[in-house]
Amino acid sequence: MTALEGGAILPRRGGIFGALSDAFWRHPKLLVFLMLTPPVLWLGIIYLGSLLALLLQSFYSLDEFSGLVVPEFTLSTYAQLFRPSNFDIIVRTVLMAAVVTIASGVVAFPIAYMAARYAKGKWKALFYLGVMLPLWSSYLVKVYAWKLILAKEGILNWVFEGLHLTPLLDAFLAIPVIGGNSLSVSYTGTFLVFLYIWLPYMILPTQAALERVPVNLIDASGDLGATPSQTFWHVIFPLALPGLVAGSIFTFSLTLGDYIIPNIVGSSRQIIGQAVYAQQGSAGNIPLAAAFTVVPIVIMGLYLWMAKRLGAFNAL
Amino acid sequence: MTSAVSLQQVSRHFGAVRAMDSVDLEIAPGEFFAMLGPSGSGKTTCLRVIAGFEQPTSGHIEIFGETAEGVPPYRRNVNTVFQDYALFPHLNVLDNVAYSLMLRKVDKVDRHRQAEDALALVKLSGYGTRRPGQLSGGQRQRVALARAIVNRPKVLLLDEPLGALDLKLRERMQDELKSLQRSLGITFIFVTHDQGEALSMADRVAVFSDGKVMQVGTPEDIYNHPNSRFVADFVGSSNVLPPDFTAAITGQRAWASLRPEAIRITPSDGAAMQGRVVARSFMGSTVRLGLDVNGVSLHAVVPASTNTTAIGDTVGVAFAPEALHLMGREA
Repeated sequence: MTALEGGAILPRRGGIFGALSDAFWRHPKLLVFLMLTPPVLWLGIIYLGSLLALLLQSFYSLDEFSGLVVPEFTLSTYAQLFRPSNFDIIVRTVLMAAVVTIASGVVAFPIAYMAARYAKGKWKALFYLGVMLPLWSSYLVKVYAWKLILAKEGILNWVFEGLHLTPLLDAFLAIPVIGGNSLSVSYTGTFLVFLYIWLPYMILPTQAALERVPVNLIDASGDLGATPSQTFWHVIFPLALPGLVAGSIFTFSLTLGDYIIPNIVGSSRQIIGQAVYAQQGSAGNIPLAAAFTVVPIVIMGLYLWMAKRLGAFNAL
Repeated sequence: MTSAVSLQQVSRHFGAVRAMDSVDLEIAPGEFFAMLGPSGSGKTTCLRVIAGFEQPTSGHIEIFGETAEGVPPYRRNVNTVFQDYALFPHLNVLDNVAYSLMLRKVDKVDRHRQAEDALALVKLSGYGTRRPGQLSGGQRQRVALARAIVNRPKVLLLDEPLGALDLKLRERMQDELKSLQRSLGITFIFVTHDQGEALSMADRVAVFSDGKVMQVGTPEDIYNHPNSRFVADFVGSSNVLPPDFTAAITGQRAWASLRPEAIRITPSDGAAMQGRVVARSFMGSTVRLGLDVNGVSLHAVVPASTNTTAIGDTVGVAFAPEALHLMGREA
């Protein structure tokens, strides 16, 4: 053992860092204050502040004749949301987001389950790589690639033709609402691309939640007489639910806000993101755009409240 | 009579590791049976094989006369109290206890009443609405116990049930477990590495080492007549004497065990056997001495009131020859 020089109390460390260490040790709250100030300023003023400024605009209205924003408090812009043309957009968007979210959950869960329960070592690394790799390439490239896949002259049609299943595809495209001239100009196409693009955001939180389910709870459930499917529904699923809800917040809110995907792949009927884009851009109706922006926020709030009521966060 | 649990030549291998190696055990109905051994000795694997979490690599298992190998845990009328309790964090205490009843579709009123009864048995009435996270370690243990007995299983398995509790609570739970077992009449099989716990609670004890059962017997049997150096060493704190030492006293060359409390300390003058005190610790009513007798180290537990030895003293060491227990096995 090397004896330290000096007495029982060591001398002060020199320099500014020595003095700072002592000061922080004596006043731990000072360090917390210094560390929190920049992010709180950023989050509070620049991030939330600008959102509030936008929301404020939703209580203004547009003068129909001059095309100028009238900075007076009114609910008339919100009333406009309930006009059939606008309300259709909201319903359409919420339905799309809900279907995309449910499908993401269904596709993601088995992948997340396999990764959490069975993948070890290099297989786990391969899983993360496989899930994240699509995120490393440009969003636009992927969406245009899908447009080519789904187009009338695209690879999907070619495969159906090769398998002599073209009538099946045509029959599907003939279905109103979800069909269209080709998959690339139908809601089904939009749905497929949303599903593809948002899937990692569903897989990762679900996998993290499943990974935290202790194996002995599964043993205990079986020990108490639960068949594997009972164990799944009574233990594994409830404990993974916070992860699924976290994932669904991503898929749901990302779908509510996106305007690029439905612009490239999909029908001409708008969803909320496109409506916001159109209103604040070419139409110059900032108040209506802002009011449209409030819709996803309210829907997400309702969604989380319902999830909490249903006990989705009980396991947290 | 049919055994509650019967293991016949049961082995469980994990790759090259023989966690259980040709284990034979017969556990009687209503018995309080302990599986004792150091960590890695195979006792927990043995418990998991009985519960059905592990399938044996070879051998035959019967539970109340019915073949159990290949039968999944959920079809065995055997319940387990897990070492870390394994309570469901998303359910409150009452629903945790009522879990097995819920699976069997017992209606809600009925299952909550039965769960309340089970909670009353473990002295946790009124805790039903709490979450496992809000309970202390001792309370969680009781919930795990209530959950495992609510169905009145044929066999209750307990994996180090008192391992995480502090000493006071542990002693109280030992008494409660024993009286619970007597009142329920269920066969209890519990795993422990604590020899004191095994000896004080169990009707019979199986001592495990390296996947094998070294000895099965009553606590008195195991304590007084260990059949191997391992058992003598592990159960309690017997002195294990080498064959040369034994030969000088009994004329027979064999390993022998000698309980520390069988040793008496006498004045060194004229004593047949002398030793030097190398360690001394005061234990309250007794003193524990480390002795060096011609290169063989012994320890003795002697009454504190009559002992005035100090480290470095030479003392006489005496014991009745019949206190020396010769062991058949060299192992």
